[in-house]
Amino acid sequence: MSTIVDPTLIISLFEYHFLRNALIAGTIAAILAGFVGYFMVIRRLAFAGHALGHIGFAGATGAGLVGLTPVTGQLILTILAAIGMGSLGHRMSKSDIAIGIILALALGLGVLFLHFYTSYAAQAMTILFGNLLGVSAHLIKMMLIYSVLSLLGLSFIARPLLFASLEPELAEAKGVSLPLISILFMVIVAVAVTEASQVVGVLLVFTLLIGPAAAALNWTHGILSGLFLTVLFGILIVWLGIILAFITDWPIPFWISALAAINYFLSFLGKINQ
Amino acid sequence: MNAIEFKQLSLAYGHRGIFQNFTASIHSGEFVAILGANGAGKSTLLRSILGLIAPSSGGISVFGQAVHKGAAFIGYMPQIRQNISNSLSAYAWLTANLNGYQWGLPVLNAKQTEEIQRVVQLVKAEKIINRPYSLLSGGERQRLLLAQALLNKPKILLLDEPLMNLDPYYQATLVGLIDDIRLQYGITILFTSHDINPLLTSVDRVLYLANGKAVIGLVNEIINSKKLSELYGLDIQVIQHEQQLFVINKELGFHHHVNHCRPDLDHFSV
Repeated sequence: MSTIVDPTLIISLFEYHFLRNALIAGTIAAILAGFVGYFMVIRRLAFAGHALGHIGFAGATGAGLVGLTPVTGQLILTILAAIGMGSLGHRMSKSDIAIGIILALALGLGVLFLHFYTSYAAQAMTILFGNLLGVSAHLIKMMLIYSVLSLLGLSFIARPLLFASLEPELAEAKGVSLPLISILFMVIVAVAVTEASQVVGVLLVFTLLIGPAAAALNWTHGILSGLFLTVLFGILIVWLGIILAFITDWPIPFWISALAAINYFLSFLGKINQ
Repeated sequence: MNAIEFKQLSLAYGHRGIFQNFTASIHSGEFVAILGANGAGKSTLLRSILGLIAPSSGGISVFGQAVHKGAAFIGYMPQIRQNISNSLSAYAWLTANLNGYQWGLPVLNAKQTEEIQRVVQLVKAEKIINRPYSLLSGGERQRLLLAQALLNKPKILLLDEPLMNLDPYYQATLVGLIDDIRLQYGITILFTSHDINPLLTSVDRVLYLANGKAVIGLVNEIINSKKLSELYGLDIQVIQHEQQLFVINKELGFHHHVNHCRPDLDHFSV
């Protein structure tokens, strides 16, 4: 127990280059995932986000066949799928079966692409479960650029997005284009899913996107306070997850998903007080 | 000046025709009840005034302009929705509705905050505004739906079944509130309902949809035995008792609650 609370061990965490990179990449992903995830929870798109992660798996494994890097392939296929899903508009949250079948198909395609391009087999685990400790400076730079662009895009559409999410019929009556808002938002979700999967992998992308937002919405009823709390939860979960993984030598995705789950279930205390 | 004009208007919902060749004018400041059975096209008519549904033929103009989506001078109160899953406060929900069509962040300036406060006071929702929207009762949520419809001071209010699922006390309270607001601001009101009785003291005219026809007139011109029998092609009697209207269909006998026996006449439920 004394080892767990040894402050020198925590301080030494920052001396390792790869751990510093992990903290930076994790923070970038947590911020974007937090802002995007908040709107996903309000729009009831948790399952769609989860499915996008799996579709990204097919993109990442298929990238090798056409000479792209896994992240590029993942990003391209996720964005294409997001545009398709976004065009469903508000019907998306009611299309669980179709999205589920596409999710399974994407995993199957991912396995097929691995079969054809066996040199990517070793990377399959990385894509599925993330590899935060292997994040390069170049990837951090790319994550930062995509995050800034996505957040700028999100801040541009935030007002009609919120309106369309809460009252689609009213928003449409007031001249908001529901399909346009839906597609623009899903493209931003695709970038967030790709980023979050670098931290926790495509299988656990749900953790970083939905967990903090779902918890925050149980604690607070305001929009800005909810967004702030979501991002704060996301960052704390990632940092604590990395620190606990460093101390215990257990995988980072396990700690992040466990902390997100604990945080979510604790948030029901906030709901009980309402 | 006429607030709304229907010119040889024909409406359809999908392949199903609702009514044909309807011409009428709604005067500015008028309170018009739109009555009809389930599926008669009351909501479709409101949605066509909002520009969300294109007419099959003919046209609608609002204050002399052809209808289009996003008309700032129309406030719309849709039917109450179930399954509100998020825990945002009523205040947050209302702020999302204010200028929600504009690009940018959902942050209010001082003028917009004042506007929120104005409509909250107008519908007397001060005590519920900080509670989670999803936990509000039907009556409280109707009040907030009315508040959002009043944002930015509309000249026309389109209210879709605002009395749905409300008990008689809340129905009377809400109708009184709407009528007070109409008189205070001179707003034109189109109000869909299944039941004319809660509206009798406020309504100026009735727009009635049945059997592919639309007719408009004073309450006693439309809701009488002869007119309803003509419209439905059935033998119908309307009886007035203690300022309430009762409907009797001779084929089925007297029904205390018509809705249970004749869905096509359920707007006269008592």
